[in-house]
Amino acid sequence: MTDLPGSAAPGIAEEELVEGSSLWKDAWARLKKNKVAVGSLVVFTFICLFCVLGPFLSPYDSNAQNLFAGAEGPSADHWFGTDTLGRDLMVRVMVGGRISLMVGLVATVVALAIGVIYGATAGYIGGKVDASMMRFVDLLYALPFTIFVILLMVAFGRSMWLMFVAIGCVEWLSMARIVRSGVLGLKKQEFVEAAVSLGYSHSRIILRHLIPNVLGPVIVIATLTVPAVMLLEAFLSFLGLGVQPPNASWGVLINEGQANMEIYPWLLLFPAGFFAVTLFCLNFIGDGLRDALDPKSAKD
Amino acid sequence: MPLLEVNDLTTYFHTRDGVVRAVEGVSFSLERGETLGIVGESGSGKSVTCYSLMRLIPEPPGRIERGTAMFEGHDLLQMSQKELRKVRGNGIGMIFQDPMTSLNPYLRISTQLIEALQTHRDIDKKAALHKAIEALEEVGIPGASKRVFSYPHEFSGGMRQRVMIAMALITEPALLIADEPTTALDVTVQAQIMDIIKQRQNDLGTAVILVTHDLGVVAGSCDKVLVMYGGREMESGSVEQIFYRPRHPYTRSLQKTIPSLQTKGQELYTIPGLPPDVSKPIHGCAFFPRCPYPKTDKAEGASPELEEIEPGHCWSACGFCDSSTPIESVLAKAGEVAEDGVPASAGEPA
Repeated sequence: MTDLPGSAAPGIAEEELVEGSSLWKDAWARLKKNKVAVGSLVVFTFICLFCVLGPFLSPYDSNAQNLFAGAEGPSADHWFGTDTLGRDLMVRVMVGGRISLMVGLVATVVALAIGVIYGATAGYIGGKVDASMMRFVDLLYALPFTIFVILLMVAFGRSMWLMFVAIGCVEWLSMARIVRSGVLGLKKQEFVEAAVSLGYSHSRIILRHLIPNVLGPVIVIATLTVPAVMLLEAFLSFLGLGVQPPNASWGVLINEGQANMEIYPWLLLFPAGFFAVTLFCLNFIGDGLRDALDPKSAKD
Repeated sequence: MPLLEVNDLTTYFHTRDGVVRAVEGVSFSLERGETLGIVGESGSGKSVTCYSLMRLIPEPPGRIERGTAMFEGHDLLQMSQKELRKVRGNGIGMIFQDPMTSLNPYLRISTQLIEALQTHRDIDKKAALHKAIEALEEVGIPGASKRVFSYPHEFSGGMRQRVMIAMALITEPALLIADEPTTALDVTVQAQIMDIIKQRQNDLGTAVILVTHDLGVVAGSCDKVLVMYGGREMESGSVEQIFYRPRHPYTRSLQKTIPSLQTKGQELYTIPGLPPDVSKPIHGCAFFPRCPYPKTDKAEGASPELEEIEPGHCWSACGFCDSSTPIESVLAKAGEVAEDGVPASAGEPA
């Protein structure tokens, strides 16, 4: 057996050359170290599962009235008690949560899609196009939101989808501004020039090279937009402009609860508690993500 | 027909503070496989010349005012965006100054190389990946088949510049524009990068435009040299002509600034004064205010014409100073003048 020189060495070298770790993986590793954010993530996941799967497991229907069991306090049969019409509050909190979370999610996705593409286009093209596009955003910013929604409701009648549109229309504005400013900074970077010099089309450069690079702040804003949107929905429902009874959302339930706050406090406490915890969780997750995606800002 | 023939290229920037004449009437030509070095101080229009050829000038405020740049029979300066996209990355590749920022930090090297290839070639992903690994091996990245899946931040500056070279050359373009490819790297890596560019050039027969302010690099790796100053062409010719028979006072002064290994303890020569402010129109010779040569009576006049003094060797023939003597004697004389306080004789009129 002849010893081949250097035959043993490559094994070690190749072992080290493992698949690269992306900036996303690094951010995830940093997020995992943030106990508050991880805790919030766990609680938030639990609340989501509770709202989505709960109604299937509960024996009660969310709209089934039972006037003989009206306004009962928490018990073994009805863990969260019942409302004045004898509907099981736990199921109503679950179903209401579905709608509230869905509003948060859908409106944020709508805002994200419009805002990111609009902002990236404005920032990338620049010049006069950018100026006029951003003046349009300023114009929409100036509209008073409540009046805008009331006008929409008056013109088109009350519907949940209209509410999504109304909220989405407002929330994409700040997204567009953030993405635009990010793209303005990035497009002067050499990798964008390199992409142009390699003959890529404009849409390809925006979608593949610019947007992924501004996604960090965008994700942070998105996680902070979800609670803001949910709050808006609750606010509109509370005013009677949003989700209409018998459909429930957390805003509707809180509205009903506050009417009977002094006699049947559980009607307010349970939906309000869930709502508050969810908002806390989302805000903590957002903060954690911001620190994880931008490690420089984490150490003040 | 030369691969690239640039004629009277003029690029201005129309800023709020006035018109910046970044490049004014630059002409040169390049054959297949040749290397052209563009040298000059900062702000002399070297990079803008390259960016104009690639049409990477931000418009507005920039504008290519006039000129032609015939590349393989088509004028780069008249092309539509669609035609340009076909030439960029396919006919002409480009590498940039700072390798730390010229790769997308969020995409794997493999993704970026494959994208560059698939944009211009009808090739499936697997074959493209194979080609990408090959391209990395050719620029000397060890363990290319594994490193190809890394992200840019896992590479050092020199390695990233190699990746950039691989990316720019993966479609085997006929021309590579290298805009100060070694400026941001340390000296040992600079030599390696220059070797790789040279080696790839030999393998593929690529023509190279090399922008640099390092005259040593030019002497070592170029066939032709274009000396620029204040956005204008001062002198152009083969490496031998420029280095052994420089004609223009600026070229001579520039050469004088190269530190030599033989002399010790002597102060390094710098050209006195500052590069011209190109936002104001320059009348006559751009180098006139800093020129060490004795001035002639001709004080005002039109910009000097390019004059061919031997085949392929042009210079901006200014009549504003008497540049018939070598620079050493002029500088020596200037030293005497400072001591005596008596102006030296202007010598024979040109």
